[in-house]
Amino acid sequence: MNTTWSRFNVTSIVLGFAFLYLPIVLLIVFSFNESKLVTVWGGFSTKWYVSLFHNQGLMDATWVTARVGVISATVATVLGTLAALTLTRYTRFNGRVLFSGMVFAPLVMPEVITGLSLLLLFVAVGLDRGFFTVTLAHITLTMCFVAVVVQSRLVSFDRSLEEAAMDLGATPAKTFFQITLPVILPAIVSGWMLAFTLSLDDLVIASFTSGPGATTLPMKIYSQVRLGVTPEINAACTILIAVVAVGVIIASIANKRREVQRQLDEQAAQRG
Amino acid sequence: MSNIAVADAAAPPTAAKPFLTRLGAGFINRLVIIVPYLWLLFFFLIPFVIVFKISLSQTAIAMPPYTPVLDFSDGVSGFFAGFRDLNFDNYVWLTQDALYFKAYITSLIIAAISTVLTLLVGYPIAYGMARAPATIRPTLLMLVILPFWTSFLIRVYAWIGILKPEGLLNQLLLSLHIINQPLVILNTYTAIFIGIVYSYLPFMVLPLYSSLEKMDYSLIEAAKDLGCPPTAAFWKITFPLSLPGVIAGCLLVFIPAVGEFVIPDLLGGSQTLMIGKTLWNEFFANRDWPVSSAVAVILLLLLTVPIMLFQQAQARAQEQGK
Repeated sequence: MNTTWSRFNVTSIVLGFAFLYLPIVLLIVFSFNESKLVTVWGGFSTKWYVSLFHNQGLMDATWVTARVGVISATVATVLGTLAALTLTRYTRFNGRVLFSGMVFAPLVMPEVITGLSLLLLFVAVGLDRGFFTVTLAHITLTMCFVAVVVQSRLVSFDRSLEEAAMDLGATPAKTFFQITLPVILPAIVSGWMLAFTLSLDDLVIASFTSGPGATTLPMKIYSQVRLGVTPEINAACTILIAVVAVGVIIASIANKRREVQRQLDEQAAQRG
Repeated sequence: MSNIAVADAAAPPTAAKPFLTRLGAGFINRLVIIVPYLWLLFFFLIPFVIVFKISLSQTAIAMPPYTPVLDFSDGVSGFFAGFRDLNFDNYVWLTQDALYFKAYITSLIIAAISTVLTLLVGYPIAYGMARAPATIRPTLLMLVILPFWTSFLIRVYAWIGILKPEGLLNQLLLSLHIINQPLVILNTYTAIFIGIVYSYLPFMVLPLYSSLEKMDYSLIEAAKDLGCPPTAAFWKITFPLSLPGVIAGCLLVFIPAVGEFVIPDLLGGSQTLMIGKTLWNEFFANRDWPVSSAVAVILLLLLTVPIMLFQQAQARAQEQGK
């Protein structure tokens, strides 16, 4: 295989990853810039991080965003997993086409449309815009992403395991919690993380559905970016990136461990 | 919700089970479908109906800022009488002001060009990944997905510092004496192209990679053995086989790019015209909810065909996965 990995392939990968990562790296580097000019290097400094923590508006927004993210990701994971089960297990029910349409469409729907339509719904039913409405909106958007992630795991799932459990007398609920859930758990965990980061990230839908007192971090960053690029925003972005990166790395290490453990178990079982 | 009949295939073999357990299983099965179904109906489908309804109302200085339309408050007869009051002024308005027409066309063209550019950038990356030694492929895949986890807004913001007149790109090019004058890239359509290609690249690479990785490489070797030059082998074998990935990737980039707001707003400046930005301004700056609803309805109609294609591609991929 190595012979076919030609110089062309290596070059395109290196250039591609440079394109993907260089802007982020530059952003992080300039968050440690002493100078107030973002693009002129004036020496190393962490003063922007210090001033960040004294910016009450930003800290409040961070707290709102974190709460919206955790609540919406958790509810979206439950709903998305149910949706994934529906998509893979129940292949014949009335309205299935509509259902799969409603799961897949939000993935590509322009955010301005989703945001506007949700806002008009909240106004129509008389819900006050704020923390609660942003959370509802994020659940709706992110559950579809969770559904796709979990579904891809369910598709490759060996149904005979469930049948074996039920033949041995396990109830459907017990079968689900003891057999199905552990197998699809990695997908559910990464679905939750995806939902959380999407919620953390969303500007457009939050701007439409949020109200006074529920300004999220992206909304705050956006309003400051419009006034100009500052090292303080770079610092805020760097912290966000760091939080997500740590989360992803922990998750992938945990995943790898579980995989190794599973292989050891299998070997042990084969040795009898 | 009685019309949702649970597929028998999904039900466990129940012959020997007591009645109550069977009832419980059926109930749980139904619940699995009904809960996400109702949620999406209420929070995804019904809102579109409301958008359509509001698009037929008139702007009013009130909260919410539109006249009531098709309201049930006057009973059913009032509801039907309401049909006479429906007003299509907002749609007429959209056709009369050339601004909207131009914004729709510009958005479609920008999205189409960006999609092609993303494909041109993404294809070599996906191809290189699929041909990489199997041991490092998971790492490469992880590296493509990782930027997706970092905030979209942050990634777009990062480009401002690079592209602006006194930005890093101009500093580099000036110091290398490649250019004498700083290039004006920020606040032009070029910046929007760069922003879209950059932000949506993972969406293109992932489906391309998954179809290229599945490909049987011995086909290429067979073609080579039979004297087919590499470029011809690529166009005759590799590209056609990767077509499902190409289609999925292009739709994943094209559809959201048409209605994109953040990228044209931050990188395109005030001169550039895209429909997502127009809708945003109608809503937030002009506070004209009926017109922004009409803009959304037309945008949705424009995207109906690509969205249906996307759903079909998804459904097909799901079938193949089984």
